Amino acid sequence: MDSVLPRTGLWLGALFFAVIATALAADIGFAVHMVICALAALIGLIVTVRGWDPAAVVRPVDTGRYDDDLIRLGVIATVFWGMAGFLAGLYIALEMAFPQFNLGLQWINFGRLRPLHTSAVIFAFGGNALIATSFYVVQRTCRTRLALPGLAKFVFWGYQLFIVLAATGYLMGITQGKEYAEPEWYVDLWLTVVWVAYLAVFVGTLLKRSEPHIYVANWFYLSFILTVAMLHLVNNVNVPVSFFGSRSYPLFGGVQGALVQWWYGHNAVGFFLTAGFLAMMYYFVPKQAERPVYSYRLSIIHFWALIFLYIWAGPHHLHYTALPDWAQTLGMVFSVMLWMPSWGGMINGLMTLNGAWDKIRTDPILRMMVLALAFYGMSTFEGPMMSIKSVNSLSHYTDWTIGHVHSGALGWNGMITFSCLYYLAPRLWGRERLYSLRMVNWHFWLATLGIVFYTAAMWVAGITQGLMWREYGPDGYLVNSFADTVAALHPMYALRVLGGLLYLSGATVMAINITRTILGHYRSEAPMHSAAFDPARDVPLAPATAN
Amino acid sequence: MSFLQLSTHSTYDLLRHLADSWGLAIMALVFVGLCLWPFRPGGRTASRDAALSIFEDDTNDA
Repeated sequence: MDSVLPRTGLWLGALFFAVIATALAADIGFAVHMVICALAALIGLIVTVRGWDPAAVVRPVDTGRYDDDLIRLGVIATVFWGMAGFLAGLYIALEMAFPQFNLGLQWINFGRLRPLHTSAVIFAFGGNALIATSFYVVQRTCRTRLALPGLAKFVFWGYQLFIVLAATGYLMGITQGKEYAEPEWYVDLWLTVVWVAYLAVFVGTLLKRSEPHIYVANWFYLSFILTVAMLHLVNNVNVPVSFFGSRSYPLFGGVQGALVQWWYGHNAVGFFLTAGFLAMMYYFVPKQAERPVYSYRLSIIHFWALIFLYIWAGPHHLHYTALPDWAQTLGMVFSVMLWMPSWGGMINGLMTLNGAWDKIRTDPILRMMVLALAFYGMSTFEGPMMSIKSVNSLSHYTDWTIGHVHSGALGWNGMITFSCLYYLAPRLWGRERLYSLRMVNWHFWLATLGIVFYTAAMWVAGITQGLMWREYGPDGYLVNSFADTVAALHPMYALRVLGGLLYLSGATVMAINITRTILGHYRSEAPMHSAAFDPARDVPLAPATAN
Repeated sequence: MSFLQLSTHSTYDLLRHLADSWGLAIMALVFVGLCLWPFRPGGRTASRDAALSIFEDDTNDA
């Protein structure tokens, strides 16, 4: 209790600072953001003074061996941001097919909602899933409670503030214009503070472990945290125009700036969306299958190969640009080499089910994990193929890229996250089982169908687009105008909307299922598979007649 | 910047030369070494124990 006073002072100081920054703001967007910061500080102040514990709302009494308060909050945040991100995705898909959905409003046009969608699904949905599962896994594999619990709370709530600032900024047109690195300088600085705290909590927990070996999932988590820190710092070296304004300019210019951006961009895919989620795979797939990982040695080779190869693959985003040719080739070669460790990892995950394949018939959660791994394999084959220059000359700047990204994001990241949420929810709230296993099955099929519609439509759209752009007539002039290609793609864009709708429907089923699990409800339902008893067939095999 | 200009031409030349000679050799050796490490004598048992370690102490009962 004696620490309440200094903490109150800290919140009060933050509140005053935010109010002063609002008054001095150079532009309206910065002012709105400082009001949001002031509100956050006010909430923190009230919570501190009243001695409330927000985590207490959503937990059973937890005095256990592990500190699961933040993980419960993280599960709820993951579901919430997932729904928001998928909904934004569906809406911008509608805008692409039917531009009337722009409603003539600048705040919701495609250019502003698109980064909101990508950040919501990658950083809000994926990021919360990574933080929550990393805290869950590191405690259990190290057999110790979370280090620095106060700082861990700051990581969780600070990360939510980062998401809110980023998302509201996009709607107001505040952006650095760098893909996946859109937030402006002051939001970047805030994320840096939060991320360093995250690293401290994670490493602190590893250091106080009571298990000699650090399980491989933690290697993947640590590489994700460290690499994202490095990428974020280098790609956001910007100089603000004013300390009280939202605009800044990058230090790197021209082709150097482009290379730094795609070094960042591709490793965001490699370490945020791959290494981090592989950490989830290496813990939760063996746990759900109740069998150890197929080959622990292969998992270590998988780890080092990813680390050593991924970091060089970025230049494949800049084929046929001003980037020196050798750098483009380097990016292509490393991308193609990445195929091997990726498939090694996929095989390692799938073969974990060796001898227990019947479980994918009876356990829809495990089936989701298998589908996630299958999509990991498919998109890590497609990616290296698309990085080959001659393929890239057809696929680059077309919807094929969008299709590729979504087979990875919806198939791999989405499905592995959903299955981990289904694994975690009953365990974290002390429930016997999920509210409904049949609803998991519905989610599985809705999401799978949605992905099929989405990616198939984008493959057709992308190759159509690529071929139309490069088509020359006998007179030596291009045959199609850009508007011709847009008209040709319309049916594919409409199909994409259907795919997105199916995926969002599946996620809605999940949100209901997880909510009811948290509330402690159990749906009475027939088991997924029952082998009806047939007395006529329940007889021993006739012994072979001896002659 | 100036302390790096040991090469006759430029920082770029120096770094580029380092990258495709000693840098590359050291990176490749470290990588191979790390990949061979699980195959050291006794590595099989250690790997098996590590793979099985996640099945203990996973519930949150005090």
